[in-house]
Parts: sequence; structure tokens; C-alpha cells
Amino acid sequence: MAGSPTPQFLAPLEDLRQRIQDAERTGGPAGRSEVARLRGLLEDEARRVTASLTPWQQCQLARHPDRPYCLDYVRGLFTDWVEVHGDRAYGDDPAIIAGFARLDGESVAVVGHQKGRDTRERLYRNFGQPRPEGYRKALRVMRMAEKFGRPIISLVDTQGAYPGIDAEERGQAEAIAFNLREMAALKVPIVVVVTGEGGSGGALAIAIGDEILMLEHAVYSVISPEGCAAILWKDQTQVQLAASALRLTARDLLQLGVIDAIVPEPLGGAQMDPNLAIRTVGGAVRKALVELRRVKRDDLPRRRFAKFRAMGQFVER
Amino acid sequence: MVWFRRPEGAERPTSRVPEGLWVKCDGCRETLYRKELERGLFVCPRCGHHHRVSSRTRLAQLFDEGSWKELFGNIHSADPLEFTDTKPYAQRLKDLREKGVRCDALLVGVGRLAGNRAVIAAMEYSFMGGSMGSAVGEKLTRAIERCLKNRLPLVVVACSGGARMQEGILSLMQMGKISAGLARLHAARLPYISVLTDPTTGGVTASFAMLGDINIGEPGALIGFAGPRVIEQTIRQKLPEGFQRAEFLLEHGMLDLVVPRQELKETLARCLAHMA
Repeated sequence: MAGSPTPQFLAPLEDLRQRIQDAERTGGPAGRSEVARLRGLLEDEARRVTASLTPWQQCQLARHPDRPYCLDYVRGLFTDWVEVHGDRAYGDDPAIIAGFARLDGESVAVVGHQKGRDTRERLYRNFGQPRPEGYRKALRVMRMAEKFGRPIISLVDTQGAYPGIDAEERGQAEAIAFNLREMAALKVPIVVVVTGEGGSGGALAIAIGDEILMLEHAVYSVISPEGCAAILWKDQTQVQLAASALRLTARDLLQLGVIDAIVPEPLGGAQMDPNLAIRTVGGAVRKALVELRRVKRDDLPRRRFAKFRAMGQFVER
Repeated sequence: MVWFRRPEGAERPTSRVPEGLWVKCDGCRETLYRKELERGLFVCPRCGHHHRVSSRTRLAQLFDEGSWKELFGNIHSADPLEFTDTKPYAQRLKDLREKGVRCDALLVGVGRLAGNRAVIAAMEYSFMGGSMGSAVGEKLTRAIERCLKNRLPLVVVACSGGARMQEGILSLMQMGKISAGLARLHAARLPYISVLTDPTTGGVTASFAMLGDINIGEPGALIGFAGPRVIEQTIRQKLPEGFQRAEFLLEHGMLDLVVPRQELKETLARCLAHMA
């Protein structure tokens, strides 16, 4: 969950990172050699930690409060950002951001979930859990993108759509459903990047794309391990079992044919070097866009349908 | 002195009207003659409570008698994740098949509705709470494709707790798969009516069940995105009476109609006549 303290298994990494910062402040030849020594230790430790992550630890890493969020990607990758607000029907939802920006000089639409960094912003962003007006705002911008022939980049990072009375009253289910259908039919390229948590329908509602990428330590699941444990094991403490059973890591999803590629993260996770993580995502998005630009506009909906059509495993007998 | 007492909080047998000559209404607890209840399409003649019906009963109620046949009945759930919670998923599937639920959680049929050809699909709640896994997604997608090919209208009767956890992310993707199929149906200007019955929640509501040209609810049906328990846990308050019931959704603009079961077939026919 957003704002949770650093999980235990990451503590040695955080500690080393802190010591490197301290050594950098010391400066001088002694400081520099200490920095180099600690960097070496950090690299070894990060390699050790990430090599043996359990699925539950993977979830905790995906929720790390120092990972880059949507607006960090926007600032790091684009120029000329114009954020737009509101669904033109009810209100504006700060849990989803939407707008236009330039990537290498070319105009693109960007939509994404937005979590907060500190308590105040977390509350303002509702912990990145959108209400219906957020999904409707995202669709409004995506349709505008279609109107002006701009590709869409969607950044997914939410624990899920907000489960509250007001969200239900204003049609949370309808808003998600409508986005799924309408995104499927858009005649512009859509690149989706799951950057952190892909929380069920609340994530999927902006994730019907032509190319679906996922960060190495992101997770994407039909339900949170907590929810799954509570329902199937009737015991919230069984999160580890639930996380393993759900097969929610990037590697699992690639194997299950749900995503197209994994975007590697800096050693130890995106939070260790956010700028590097952002640059790597930028490279992956550019590559996807180059390929999708070759596809004829009118072919995109049929291709997108074929892509999702192929998902799932069943038996015929 | 009370001789017989239902234990506090005991599960009420709501999943199906039990076999036997006499049954107790889940709404008013009145004892009813089963034949009479059946004649009334399993709506209580005393209190109007709409009992849950099987997918087969539902299709029989909606299609003209003897006019329909099942489609895609050869598609069944697999166990792609080798999922085990308190019991292996593969075992759950096997047990259900042995109990005789053959259609997975969705039964698809093609036939005549008031004289006109249509594809109707109904979800089967007794199969893991009507949950949507890959088999449901595939069957419904094929139903959509059949409608596209033969230019037929589609009616889907939802009754489901949502996406099936035991197939993980693949269940979630069925929402995208079916909705992308419905986008094609929409582009082809073919009618789609969604009927939402008790309960319709989670990923089923948040995909095809809310995408009808017309959305019809059954009286009293629980319809929502998040389940009431999840919402209560989030907001730490009791939910108001009638929250997430069909009438509540009608009032909030999410349903076109709330139609009693006795009038459902006639209403569907009348709607479709305006669309075909």
C-alpha cells in the first residue's frame, strides 16, 4: 500500500543508499573511495535481493513509495506538458492525470494513475484510486487524441478503482466498462506501461493497448493478494500464498501472453535510481511507438481485438 | 420453547430453488408449492422475491419453446496457473462436472425470441459463483462473433461475483477480450441487451454487463462494482438500505429499466424490435 514503510528485505539496500549519500557529502579522496566501496557493496546486495524475490516481496517492491510515479515520468520524458482536468460531467479526479505532451518533439496524449508522495498528496490523490470521473476524463483525452491523430501513452499504477459509496453512485463499473470498449476501438496507437501496481479493473480501464509493457518489478493482478487471501483462504495473513498463486509478476505475465515485453529496472528496483528507470521506460515507449506508427490507423482496432482475443486458456472437448 | 431454530447467521439456500414439493421463499420465508413457484418463473407470488434460476431455466424462459440449441458447450475451464487455495482449482472443476454442471459459468444458446432469431447467453451461478474465467470469456466472445457473422442480436443475462481469481490475470483479461468484441458488435450496429440479475458485481459489471445498448435489472438484484463488504471495510460505515440494488441503479442512471421476470421476455422482444 502507498506510504507503507520500507519492507524488511529492502532495509539493507536503503541503509547502503543512505551511507553512500553521507559519504558523498564528506567528499575528498577518503569520501570518494568510501563511495566506491559502498557502491560495490550495494550492487552485490541489490543483485542478491532481487535474485530471490518472492511474489509477495515483488508486490511490496511494486508499491515502494520512492518509485517514480506518473508525473515523474511526465517530467522526465516529455516537454510542453499540458494537463487537462475534468470529465465535463461531474468533476475532476486527481487520482488520474491526463493531457498532452511532446516526446522527441512529437505530440502525444498521456494518461495515468497518480499516487501521492506525502500524506497530504496521498489524500489528495486518493492513494491513486480513481473514481468514475477519473476514467471518464482519461477517455475524453484519449478520444481527443484520436481526433487529432496523436498516439496515446498510458501509465498504469493503482491498487485499484476506489471502492466507495460515491464511486458506486456515479457508476464506477460503467465507467470502467465503457473505457474498455471505447479504447478497443480507438484508431490511434496505444502504448501501455504498467509501472507499479496493476490493480485489477481499476488498472485495466486505461490499459487496453496495442503494446503492453511492464516494469521488471511491477505486478498486475485480478485482485490484490490481501483481497484474494481474505476471500479464498478466509485469512488475510495468507498474503504470501495468495501472491504466489496469483502469478502476478512481470515474468508470469509475459509467459501467460498478457504483456509484450518487460522493461528492466535499475539494480534493486526503480526506487534505487528513478532517473535511470524513467529513461529506460522512455526508450521502450519510443521503440513501441516506432513500430506502431507503421500500422495503418484503420487496422488498429482489429489488431487490438485480435490481441485480447488470444488471451486466456481453456479446453475444447 | 422453540423446537426448530435456524442457527444465527446460517447460510440461506439462495443459490437455487431446492428440489421437493414445497419450498420456502428466500424473501418472505413463506412456504410455497414448488409447481406454483415454477409457473411464476420462480418469482414468489406472495412477496415478489426473484429467486435465482439456473442458466438452463433462464434460456428456457426467454427462448420460444423448443426453438433453441446450445452453442459452444464443448468449451471448458482449464487450470492455466495450477492454482491451489484451500483446494486445488482442478479439483473444484472436477467436482462441479461430477455434480453435473456442464456449461461452465456461462450457457450460450441460439434460437428464437418471440419469433425472431437471437443469441442469448446466461451465467450459471452454481458454477463457482458465476465467476468469469477464460472459458466464459471465450464462449461469450464466440457468441459475439456468431452475432456478427449471422447479424443477430445478443442478450446476456449476468449473474456473477466477477472475475475468477483462480485464473488470475487471465480472468481479468477476459474483461478486455469481451469488451473489445462488443466494440465490434457496436460498430456493426447490432443490438446488445444486458440483463443484470442478483448478484452482478466486480469484473462482470465492469465490463459486458454495463455495456448494453439497453441495461435491464431484475427487481432487487444486487448490482455493483465493489461488493458491499469491501465498501464497508473501506469506509468503515454501514451501507444504507437498498444501496446497490437494481432500483438504486435505476435512480442513479445506470440502468434503463427494472423489469419483473414475468415481463422480461416481452420487454426484450419490444426493445429488440426497435433496434433490429
